[in-house]
Order: sequence, then structure tokens, then C-alpha cells
Amino acid sequence: MNPRIAVTGIGMVTSLGFGAEANWAGLTAGRSGIRRITRFDVTGMRATMAGCVDLPGDAPGVPLSVSARAERLGEAAIAEALAQAGHAAPFDGPLCIGMPPVEIEWPLRARFGVRNYPELIQATLGDTALYEEYLFGGAATHLAERFGTKGVPQTVTTACASGASAIQLALEAIRRGETKMAIAAGSEASLQPETLIRFGLLQALSTRNDNPEAASRPFSLTRDGFVMADGAGALILEDEAHARARGATILGYVLGAGEAADTFHRTRSAPDGSAIVLCMQRAIEDAGLSPADIGYVNAHGTSTPENDKMEAMATRALFGDTPPPVSSTKSMIGHTLSAAGAIEAAICLLALRHQMLPPTINQEDVDTALGLDTIPVARPHSFRAALSNSFGFGGQNVSVVLGAA
Amino acid sequence: MLRPVAITGVGIASSHGEGRAVHAGLLGGSAPILEEARFAPYPVHPLAPLPFDSAIPRREMRQMETWQRLGVYAAGLAIDDAGLRERVAEMDLVVAAGGGERDWQLDEQILAASPGEVQRHRMLMDGLRPTLFLAQLSNLLAGSISIVHNVAGSSRTLLGEEIAGAEAARIAAARIATGTSELGLVGGAFVAERPELLLLYAMGGVLHRGPWVPLPERQGIVFGSAAAFLTLEAAEAARRPLAILRHIATDQGKPEARPARLAALLAGLPPRDADCLVISTATAAAAATHDELAALGALPVLFAADLVGHSVEAAFPVGLALGTLAITEGRARQVLVTGTGQWRGEAVALLEAAA
Repeated sequence: MNPRIAVTGIGMVTSLGFGAEANWAGLTAGRSGIRRITRFDVTGMRATMAGCVDLPGDAPGVPLSVSARAERLGEAAIAEALAQAGHAAPFDGPLCIGMPPVEIEWPLRARFGVRNYPELIQATLGDTALYEEYLFGGAATHLAERFGTKGVPQTVTTACASGASAIQLALEAIRRGETKMAIAAGSEASLQPETLIRFGLLQALSTRNDNPEAASRPFSLTRDGFVMADGAGALILEDEAHARARGATILGYVLGAGEAADTFHRTRSAPDGSAIVLCMQRAIEDAGLSPADIGYVNAHGTSTPENDKMEAMATRALFGDTPPPVSSTKSMIGHTLSAAGAIEAAICLLALRHQMLPPTINQEDVDTALGLDTIPVARPHSFRAALSNSFGFGGQNVSVVLGAA
Repeated sequence: MLRPVAITGVGIASSHGEGRAVHAGLLGGSAPILEEARFAPYPVHPLAPLPFDSAIPRREMRQMETWQRLGVYAAGLAIDDAGLRERVAEMDLVVAAGGGERDWQLDEQILAASPGEVQRHRMLMDGLRPTLFLAQLSNLLAGSISIVHNVAGSSRTLLGEEIAGAEAARIAAARIATGTSELGLVGGAFVAERPELLLLYAMGGVLHRGPWVPLPERQGIVFGSAAAFLTLEAAEAARRPLAILRHIATDQGKPEARPARLAALLAGLPPRDADCLVISTATAAAAATHDELAALGALPVLFAADLVGHSVEAAFPVGLALGTLAITEGRARQVLVTGTGQWRGEAVALLEAAA
């Protein structure tokens, strides 16, 4: 018998602000955090807006690196969650965290006035601070050491499903009895010029640059791509008995998780939606529930024509003709990629606590053919369980089921 | 109740070529295959030419660069070695990954032109191939394995250099031991011949410079292109166990406590026979390797890095693969595989002959 996994702390940073409650207020008010990018020059770029979380370390023309920003956002979200849970460093469990891949970025590469790699290697030789910043495990290791977590940080990347994968890894570690508690988080800061250009070249981004707040419009007829965003989310997961024994307030539960790799295509789901149906089904089964028990779905809902169509089709295939209400909070905070699964699980937990559904904004031209109640405005709702979907490039699909306390 | 875990398939490729026979032949010691001029003063063990196009459809090849092709190819070797083609739909995949190749020639064009910010962005927009992004994303090695080989269970990709390779194997094994997975595929790939990777690691001051010498005689890494994937199954259900993965454990923390963590990992091993073969996946980075060798006491019989070069995320899986071959070749009944990350992380595994 698996132990129930309680959530005792929630932390969040998005373009709507720092802190879970600030975010919840913004989300239920239907505010958008999307705006024009100012931390680098976007002249000539296909997409010029994002859900930016600029930080004091962002100097004009020299913004923080992806790695440094992801570390700081992750630190803020984890610190908030730990404080709420009543834990202090050192934390007696592992850090499981979805993080973006990192690499040496252009402002840095160009800084040394060199013409080729051999000269660049010579110019940066032995710069160990840069080395630690750009190692793939660097930022997560700094976070693990900051919070004194145990063992190897499980730094996971499954593209846009990374945050959900982190929850799944933490859940499994507790169920296996390796630990009584774990930090499950996701942090994202891939918004740098080259990544914005690369996503643009894949034609994955919205180009509705003239009206950033209306650009992320999942399930609408005029959705034209996703909007990149910074952010971080963190949950403290604990074996329920452990949480109760120490008198912690239980905020909700992670009831289950499921995944299914799609072998069809790198950026598209199988045409019958089979992998994402299976993914949702496995998560609900893992939670010991049936589809009828799910009262709300926080969709992957990227606002790309393809994702929203496939996700709606799969949702109806699983839930039948009257699926539960579905919203995409990416309409307000954009697509936080590696953090999305953690942030959106946190949003589901807040929704369960408040018995209130966060909306999908920008629904003036909702695509009725999708057959979903997309919750154009926040509304009260009585429900006990929610499903959070995360579908990544590379066919990596993860769903998580959250339960009310 | 934990189930014993068996390694049932090995897919390995390196500077020496591919497959079990080629790599079993290295276990008695072998001269390295080196490329010492191209990235001088940094020697590398270059990847042997491999028939990727025999295993990967052309339209898929176009979406990948060498790192993903190598990993996909080695994963296929493991699946075939284990005879598990029929069961890929239920196979759970854990990959330890860095990132894919940059277009270093475009990088050098931009460096040479020394453009302003806007012009630099323009050169990137005009110069980057759209599909290159998918070849670069860390999780797309796992994604490509799923697409090419139809591996359709779970899929996780761990970041974190050497320790990611060990942690990937630990997680895959723990899932099988506890009955939450029936069939695992775990491993990683690394391509040494990449200037952007030499740039990163040279920043850390961890690379050996100058002519190649064996690991105990140097204080820096010599990279080698290599990949290793293993299939794992519950021993009781395995048709053909090659070796039993009796124990695997990892740890990580600040470097000052590394000797204590290594000592604890070694103390936590099941009893070892007097003739247990020790294979170290030490990087040769000075401080970490010093601590690993001090903890072991006696010099390991084999350094994986001396046979195929150091392969970062793939290094621990390569060590497990070589250990499995030592058992199947009758060189040892028991093999200890050790590894200490160049910056962080420590791991041990004990392999034994199947009963």
C-alpha cells in the first residue's frame, strides 16, 4: 500500500509576481504577466514578448544567464515552500527539480573579442565561476547545497514536462521508502536571445507582438503559438503520516502521476492522441480514481494550434461528452517550460484550497469545436481532485493528480 | 521485498568501434585510440566510424547530430543484445544527458564578424537551421530513442554530468527492484570532438593538456566519445541475465566531505570477494580522482577512461557495461564499479555473475 503524499509547502514565482498568494490573486483576477521583452534587444525578432521575471542582477545589455536566473527563481520558490512547511535547511530529503538545459550564451561568448573557439578557450581558461554556472548540474547543485538536501539532486529535463517529472520522481522516492519527504520543483529561465530565436525558427511562438497580454490565447480560434516565460514552482511533498506526526498543515495531496512517451514525432502528438490519453489515464489510475472524480483539468494548453486541438480531443476521448472544466493558466503567465508542471500543480492545489477555478483569459473567440468549458472567468467550484497535464517536445507526456486536503 | 535486478543487454560504442566483442577485448588492457592534433593541446579519443544509417531512418538522421545518433545507435544495440525488440512498448527509459551539438562554425563566423547585438541576432536568425534546436535539446536523445526504437514506457532525462549517469542507473534499478517497472533501458552518450564542450570544461581547469599519458600519471581529463546503454529486468523474469546488479548507490554534497561520503558508500557495499575486479570511472580531474583513489586504497585494475576516454554522462554506464562484459567473459565473478564526478557526486555499483 502506497503512503499518501501530502503537500505541506507551496512556492511560486511567475511574471505575475513572487509568492503563491500574489500569483493566486493575479490568476483569479485574470491578469496577464506577458509584456514586451526589455532585457535584450528584440529588433527584428519574430516574437518580442514574454512572461519576464527581471531581477536586480539584470544589468543593461548584460542580463543574467539562464542558469543564474533559474537558480535564483528556484531559490525563491523553494524558500517560500520550505518556510510554509516549517522546514529549515538542512532538508532531510532529496531535491527533485526540472531545469532547462544551459550553455554558454552570446553576450559572454562575444565578450572576449576573440575570433574562434581556440582563442575563446584560451581566454576563459580556468574561470571556475563560469564553469560552475554552465555545468548542466550546476544550478541545481547550488540549490541543493543552499538548502542542504540529501543525496544527488535529481535534475530532470523532459522539456515542457520537466516540472511534472520532478513531482513524479519525488513521489516515487517517497513511495519506495527512500525518504519521508522531498522537494519537487521546476525552474525556468530559457528566455535569452538565441533560445527565443530557435523557438521562433520552429514557428512555435505567438507573433501577436502588438498586444502581448492577448497573445497567449489557448483554445481560441486565433491562437498562434506559445509565449515563452520565466518562472519557478516548488512543492514540499511528505509521507502523510510523517507530516501529521510533526503537526504540519496539510495543504493538499499529490494523489498520483502517470506518463506515456509518444513515439510519433518530436514536436507533434500521435494523430489519434493515444499517448496523451494514456498518460492522463495512467495518472488517474495511479491516484486510485476514475475520470469522473476529476473536477478540474489544468491543461497543458500552450496556445499552439496543434497542442490545444490534440489536448481537447484527448480530454473528450478520456472524459466523454461532458469533460470537467478545463483552463490553461498559460494564458496569463505564458509557457514556463521546465517549470510549468510544478507551477501548474501548485495552481491546482491553490484552486482546490480555495474551491475556485482559475480562468483561461483571452477567450473572446473560443474555439467551440474543441468542445470544452475553458473557464473564461474565475468561478467558485466544488471539487476534490484536479488533473495537471504537461506534454513536452520529444513526446514526453506527464500528468499529475492533485487532491484537496 | 526487493527483487534482484539483472543486466540483460549491453549496447556500447566508442573510439574502438561497437559491441560486446570489441569492448570485451579491451579488458586485458589496450592502447588508446587518440586524436591529439585536432584540438591540441587537448587530446581526445575520437568516435569510431559507425553505420548509423543502418539503424536510423534517413528522415530521423536529419533531425539529429552525432550526439543523438550515437545514443540512439547504442540504445538499439542494447535492445538487440537483450532480444527485447518485441517489448519496447513497455520499456522505461532513463537517459543521462548533456546537450547536443552547437553549430560551432556559425559561432565562429559570428565571433569573427564581431557584430553588435542586433546584427548578432540577425546572423543567428539567418544562420541557425531550425531542426538544430531539436538536435540540441537534452531530452531529445530520449525522445529520439522513443521515436526510432518505439520505446514507449516512461521517459526521464537527468542532467548533472557524471553523477547523472550513475543516478539514472540507480533510479532505473530501484524501480525494477521495487516492482514499479518491469523493463528498463538506461544509459548515456557523449561526443568528445566538440569545441564548445572543451570550452566549458577548460573553464573548470579540469582538462589534461599535452600528450596522452595513463590516468594515474596525469591530473586532468582526456575526453572520449562513447555511449553505453543497458537493459535491466527483474532477475527472476530475465530470459538471459548477463550479470546481477547487486547494489548501486550514489551520493553528493560539498567537496570537503567527499572522502567521508566515498568511505560510507564503500562501507555500504555487500561483502566483496577477495578477487573482486575493480573498474573505476574516475575522470582524472585532480581533487575528485585523488579522493576516489584514496578511498579505494589499492589502484583499480581498470580505468574506463584509459580504454575509451572519459565520457561524462556516459562514463558510469560505460563502467557498468565493461563490468558486465568482464563477467560474461569469465574474467571476474564480481565487479565493483566506482565513479566520482569531476565537480560533484560519487557512486558505487556491485555486479555479480548470475547464478
